[in-house]
Amino acid sequence: MRRIPVAVAVVSAALLTASCSLVGSGDGGDDDTKVVLVTHESFVMSKKLQKQFEDESGYDLVIKASGDAGALTNKLVLTKDDPTGDAVFGIDNTFGSRAIDEGVLAPYAAKLPDGASTYALAGDDEHALTPVDTGNVCVNVDDTWFADKGIPEPRSLEDLVKPDYKDLFVTPGATTSSPGLAFLLATIAEFGEDGWQDYWGRLMANGTELTQGWSDAYEVDFTQGGGNGDRPIVLSYDSSPAFTLDGQGGTTTSALLDTCFRQVEYAGVLAGAHNPDGARALVDFMLSEPFQEALPDAMYVFPVDSSVALPEDWARFARQPEHPFTVDPAQIAEHRDEWLRDWSDVTSR
Amino acid sequence: MRGRRLLTMAGLALGPLLVLAVFFVLPVSGMIGRGFVVDGRFDVSGVVDVLGRPRTHRVLWFTVWSAGLATICSVVLGLPAAYVLHRLAFPLRNLVRALLLVPFVLPTVVVGVAFRLLVGESGPLGFLGLDGTPVAIIAGLTFFNVAVVIRAVGVAWESLDPRPAEAAAALGATPAQVFRTVTFPALRPALVSAASVVFLFCATSFGVVLTLGGLRYSSVETEIYLLTTQLLDLQAAAALSILQLLAVTALLVLAGRLRRVPDPTVERRTARPRPVRRQDAGQLALTFLTLALVAAPILTLVLGSLRAHGEWTLANYRNLDSVGAGNALLVPVTSALVTSLRTAVDATWMALLLGGLIAVVVSRRSVSPAERRLRSTLDGIFMLPLGVSAVTLGFGFLITLDRPPLELRESPLLVPIAQALVALPLVVRILVPVLAGADDRQRQAAASLGAGPLRAFATVDLPLVWRPLLAAAGFAFAISLGEFGATSFLFRDEHPTLPVVIYQLIGRPGSDNFGMALAASVVLAAATALVVLVVDRFGTRSLGTF
Repeated sequence: MRRIPVAVAVVSAALLTASCSLVGSGDGGDDDTKVVLVTHESFVMSKKLQKQFEDESGYDLVIKASGDAGALTNKLVLTKDDPTGDAVFGIDNTFGSRAIDEGVLAPYAAKLPDGASTYALAGDDEHALTPVDTGNVCVNVDDTWFADKGIPEPRSLEDLVKPDYKDLFVTPGATTSSPGLAFLLATIAEFGEDGWQDYWGRLMANGTELTQGWSDAYEVDFTQGGGNGDRPIVLSYDSSPAFTLDGQGGTTTSALLDTCFRQVEYAGVLAGAHNPDGARALVDFMLSEPFQEALPDAMYVFPVDSSVALPEDWARFARQPEHPFTVDPAQIAEHRDEWLRDWSDVTSR
Repeated sequence: MRGRRLLTMAGLALGPLLVLAVFFVLPVSGMIGRGFVVDGRFDVSGVVDVLGRPRTHRVLWFTVWSAGLATICSVVLGLPAAYVLHRLAFPLRNLVRALLLVPFVLPTVVVGVAFRLLVGESGPLGFLGLDGTPVAIIAGLTFFNVAVVIRAVGVAWESLDPRPAEAAAALGATPAQVFRTVTFPALRPALVSAASVVFLFCATSFGVVLTLGGLRYSSVETEIYLLTTQLLDLQAAAALSILQLLAVTALLVLAGRLRRVPDPTVERRTARPRPVRRQDAGQLALTFLTLALVAAPILTLVLGSLRAHGEWTLANYRNLDSVGAGNALLVPVTSALVTSLRTAVDATWMALLLGGLIAVVVSRRSVSPAERRLRSTLDGIFMLPLGVSAVTLGFGFLITLDRPPLELRESPLLVPIAQALVALPLVVRILVPVLAGADDRQRQAAASLGAGPLRAFATVDLPLVWRPLLAAAGFAFAISLGEFGATSFLFRDEHPTLPVVIYQLIGRPGSDNFGMALAASVVLAAATALVVLVVDRFGTRSLGTF
C-alpha cells in the first residue's frame, strides 16, 4: 500500500505533462490575417514556399490535409454551409464537376500563366476551378525484366490481356485509389461505355492483381519497387521513370504512352470562405513561378505553366504522352457511381 | 437510501455520458440523418431500399463470418499464451509480453505491406498462395487482436486464487477437468469481454480487409468508406451504419448474457508464477505458434527497414529527422513521434478517467432488476463507438461540431478525445470484471467501521484494481499510439501523429521514403513495447508490497 502515493505522484506528473498536446495549439492570428487551405493528403508545400507566401501576402497560412481527392471533394460538399477553410487545392478532373454542381466553389478568374488554359475543366464557364498541375496515369513496365526474359514489352491496353503477359500486371483498385480510377477511365475511353466491362473481365482472367493503393502495387508487387515484387507491369505515373535511375545515366522503367489518362489538379476559392481575399491570393501564388517550379519535386506532377523549367531528371526521363485518353467531365459526373459499382462487380467475380 | 444510490450513480455517469453525447451520438446521428433527408425532405424509403440489396446482404455476411472466425482464432491462440505469459515463470517473460502487444499499435497500412511482403506471390511464404484470400484477411485480423485476449484474460488469470484449482487437483481432477470446472468459469467474464471487443475490432477493421483481400472482399466498414468518400451515397451509408449499430447492440446483449455468472465474487490474490513443468508443453507449443505468427511480419518489417539500395544500412533510421525525399512531409518523423507520445498521454488519462467512472458505476451491486438493467445498458452504451465506422464519425465531426457552443472541430483536444473513445471500451472491459469480483462485504465492513465512500473505495477497490488499471493504461496508451482511422480525419497538419506520417511516407514514390516508412514503423513498435515494459515492471513492483 505504501507504493500507492508514489504511483499517484507519477500519475499526476503524467497529467501535468499531458497538457503538452495543447501547447502551441493557437493557429496564430484571427480570421482576417489567416488563410486556411483545405487539401488532400498528398499535398506538399515546402516550409520555404509557405514562408514566401506569408511574407508576400501578409496572411498566415494554415494547411488542412486529409483523404484523397474523392474524400476531399465529398468533405467539401458535406460542409458547404460552413466550410472548414478558405481555399481548396486538389480537386481533380474526375471530381471537378461534382464540386461545381454542388456549389462548393466561388468564381475566381485568376490570371493564368502560359499554356495553363488548355487544362481548364470543360464546362467550367464561371471559372470556379483554376488548373495548377497535371500528370498522366500510365501503365509502367520494368525494361530490365523484359530485356532479361527476351519478351517484347506490351504497348497498349489491348496487349495487357494477351497470354504473353499473364500474371504480370498489378494495378490499384478504382474504388480505393485515384490513379486506379484514372486507369478505369482510360479503359472506358478506349473500349467505350459498353465495352469496358468485357475488357476488365478479360484483364482479370489474365491474372491481373488488384491492390488497395498505389504504394501497395508499386512498392510491394512491382519488380522495380521497394520490395522484391514479381510483377513487371504496374499502373503508375508518366513521371515514375525519373525515380528509377540506374545510376549509369539511364532509367530501368518506362511509361507506356498509349495507355495514359490525364489528371489535372485544380485550386479554387470556397463559397462562404471567411477570408476570400486571402484565398484568391493563395490561388494566385499557386500559379506563380516559384510554386510551379517546385511541383515536380514536391508532388511528382508537371506544372501547368509551360514556361517553367523542369528538373534535369524529369527533362530526360519523364516523357508525357501527346494524346492521352480523356473522358468528358460531365459524363464522368453522371456515370461515375454506376461505373464504380459495375467495376466492383466485374472485379470481385 | 435507494434514491441516493441512484443519484450517486447518475452523478458519476454524467461526465462520461456527456462526452459520449457530444463526441459520438451527435456526430453519428448527424451523418446518419443526412441519409434520411433527400432534396430537403425526410425519406425513409431510400434507406430501406438499400437494406434489401443483395450486395448489402453479401457484405454483411462476409463481415460477420470473417470477424467471427478471426475472434475464434484469437481466443484459441490467446488463451494458452495468456496462461503461459501470466502464470508461468521463465526468462524474458516481460519482454515477450511487451512484444506481443506490438501488432496492436502498428498502422494497418504498414502491417498490410509487411504481410504482403511475407505472403505475397514472391514472399517467403508465397508458396501458400494466401495473398488475396480470406485466409490472409483472417490471419491479419488475428495478428492484430490476439494481444487483446492475451492481456485481458492474462491479467484476470494472474489474480485468480490458485487454491480452488489446487484443491480440485488434490481431489483427483485431471488438469482438463480442473480447467473446465474451476478455472474456466472464473475466467469466463474476462474471456467474453475480450472476445466481444476483439469481434468489434475485427468487424470494423478497414485496412486489413482491403489490403490483404486484394479488393475482392467488402466488409461493412469498407463499404461505408466507399459509399461516403467516393460515391457520396449517404442513403446507403446511413443504412449500413444503422445495420452496424443494430448488430453491435445485439452482440453486446449476447455478450452481457454470456458474461453473467451467478456470483461474480472472486477471491483475488496474485499467485506467484510457477516454474515451467512438463505438462505445460501443449500450452508452450501454442504460445510459440502465436509468437511466430506475430513475429514474422514484424521481422519482415525490421529487415526491410535495414535495407536501402540493396545494402544493409541504418540510413533509413538516420533519415528520420528529415522530412523525407522531395520534402514528402511537413514535419520530420521525430517531431511526429513527440506529438504521438503527447497525444497518447492525454488520450490515456481521458480514457482512464472516463473508463474508471463507468466501471465503478457498472460494477456496483444492484438492489433491483431494474437497476441492474440500467447499469448494464450503461455498460453497453460505451461499447458502441467501437462498432461504428471511423469514416462516419470523422465526417460527422465536421458537419455537427461546427457552431457555438460546440465549435470544436478545430480543437486540438479532438484527436485525444477521439482516441480515448476508441480505448474506452477496452478500459471498461478490463476494470469491470475485477471491480465486480470484489466482495461487497468488504465495502460494507469498511463502511460499518466508519469509512466514507471515498475511503472505502481507496482501501477496498483501489488495491484490487491497481494492477488492471495499469494494464488498461498501457492498452489505452498503445491504442492511442497506433490509432489511425479517426486521427486521419482530425489531425492538424502541423501536428501529425506517427501513424499519419508513416501513411504519408508510404504513399510517396521513391524507395527512400518507403524505407523511412518502414523505419518509422519499427520506431513506433519499439516505443510501444517500451511503454508496455515500463508499465508491466511498475505494476509488478507495486503489487509486491501487498
